[in-house]
Amino acid sequence: MTSAEIQKAILDILASIAPDEDLSKLDPQKPFRDQMELDSMDFLDIVMELRKRYRVQIPEEDYPALASMNSSVEYLLPRMKDIPAA
Amino acid sequence: MPATTHASYDAVIIGAGMSGLAAGIRLAHFGLRVCVVERHSSIGGLNSFYRLDGRNFDVGLHALTNYRPSECRRGPLALLCRQLRIAREELALAPQIGSAIVFPDARLEFTNDFEHFRAEVHRHFPDQKERFEELVRHLADYGELGSPHTLCSARELVTAYIQDPLLVEMLFCPILFYGGPRPHDLDFGQFSVLFRSIFMEGLARPLGGVRPLLKTLVRKFKSAGGLLRVNAGVREIVCSGQRAVAVRLENEEVLPTRFVLSSAGLRETMELCRATPLPPAGEISFFESISILDVQPADLGLDKTVVFFNDSSRFVYAKPQELVDFRSGVVCVPNHFAYDEPMTSGCVRLTALANYDRWAQLSPEAYHEAKLQCYQRLLEAAARFVPDFRDHVVAHDLFTPTTIRRFTGHHNGAVYGSPEKRYDGRTHLENVYICGTDQGLVGIVGALWSGISMANRHVLQEHSRPGAAPFSVVADDRGPF
Repeated sequence: MTSAEIQKAILDILASIAPDEDLSKLDPQKPFRDQMELDSMDFLDIVMELRKRYRVQIPEEDYPALASMNSSVEYLLPRMKDIPAA
Repeated sequence: MPATTHASYDAVIIGAGMSGLAAGIRLAHFGLRVCVVERHSSIGGLNSFYRLDGRNFDVGLHALTNYRPSECRRGPLALLCRQLRIAREELALAPQIGSAIVFPDARLEFTNDFEHFRAEVHRHFPDQKERFEELVRHLADYGELGSPHTLCSARELVTAYIQDPLLVEMLFCPILFYGGPRPHDLDFGQFSVLFRSIFMEGLARPLGGVRPLLKTLVRKFKSAGGLLRVNAGVREIVCSGQRAVAVRLENEEVLPTRFVLSSAGLRETMELCRATPLPPAGEISFFESISILDVQPADLGLDKTVVFFNDSSRFVYAKPQELVDFRSGVVCVPNHFAYDEPMTSGCVRLTALANYDRWAQLSPEAYHEAKLQCYQRLLEAAARFVPDFRDHVVAHDLFTPTTIRRFTGHHNGAVYGSPEKRYDGRTHLENVYICGTDQGLVGIVGALWSGISMANRHVLQEHSRPGAAPFSVVADDRGPF
């Protein structure tokens, strides 16, 4: 997957978790939590959705890397580069 | 993914009520093989629905608590929608019009705007104003920081703030009716959750009652690949050492499983495990009537959503000596929520405390007779506090503690389950967990939350362990409350 594809995958996951949020205005540099209402449980759902959809395993100590869109893509790119886009 | 039968399951969930279905959705969504087994032909447990003489009836659900407008994405209701992948609009919730707590010498009205209730308390109990505010601050801080499971007596804590016993009784009346599992008092943690849910957030109801909500849950569960089996009562949770290995149904079918989540009740679940000693059974049960009217209730001046009444300055919340305790009760008018279009027929529900043993002892003929007599007396009792609607009743249905026993499986028809709660959901077996009423959360929102949090904490966390990212902190115990 490319950066753009990973970004789209994350947006799809966010849309499935929070269908009421307007994601079009999401600033990729800012933390998700500052821009949308995400509980720690929702945050874990992002991790579990990545695992379910793309079989990416993210150890707990790496969770902070998923704080914003940019940091997520940066973290996931080497781990998802060999995965075909859905 | 189609629902399929498996030779073995990751999780078997006992009971297709709100908590069991919510837990099922979470587990099926993340790919676990899940089977929900329900003793009855219909789903919902305590919150069920049926058709009688061409009319839809709805039991259990008076109102959903924790209401906030759908644009508000904070709070328990919003979080549980996200966890279940249900859009808030799908619930189609309409907020209440306005409710009241009515005692002989005082009346406190409340809406979904807490300021309204606050002003009512200040006006009727001016000398308690500061103390009430201190209690509210305590409850607010408690929600943010405190342990949810404080086992201390709510009575003791509240009376430390509020000196006027009448105000104490008036605060406890709706809270106990909406979630008190034991006589007179409850754990302060439960009081706090209920106070916030009812007064600080608020009441709402979908136009179609509990029916569309249950249908949405079942649809979500099945489309995620979960299997729902009705007419599948559980005979035994089969154990080996400290673990459950399977669930045996009443038809002797055996479902091997890695986890069991049970909404059957704490004592009832332990009985299924053949465990001893057993925790006590609850004793709080209700008699309830549903009256269909030939007019809109508001045309009779019955204009509130819910009225909690009590006929003296002291509110007695306990198992009565007689069949029904007519001194206090709840009048709920499902018509009085702000729906887009009004409900077609008028409906009034009356609820009062009742004695399971007295009802269970009656012969079928005497039971039938007693139901009708108690209905008339409950109508009379309510007419002391709300406009008399007796001349307008065109149909009714009644249920008693034995009905509740039949549909929930709870001993004594205990609506809110055992007086002893398992807030962490754990049992004496390492892979059997309690969800629903006896995990300690009440109401529809509480029950859904219970299913979600127990599934997350005990099953998804464990399931993702071998060779996978460990979700060691799925959530704190408190959840969103």
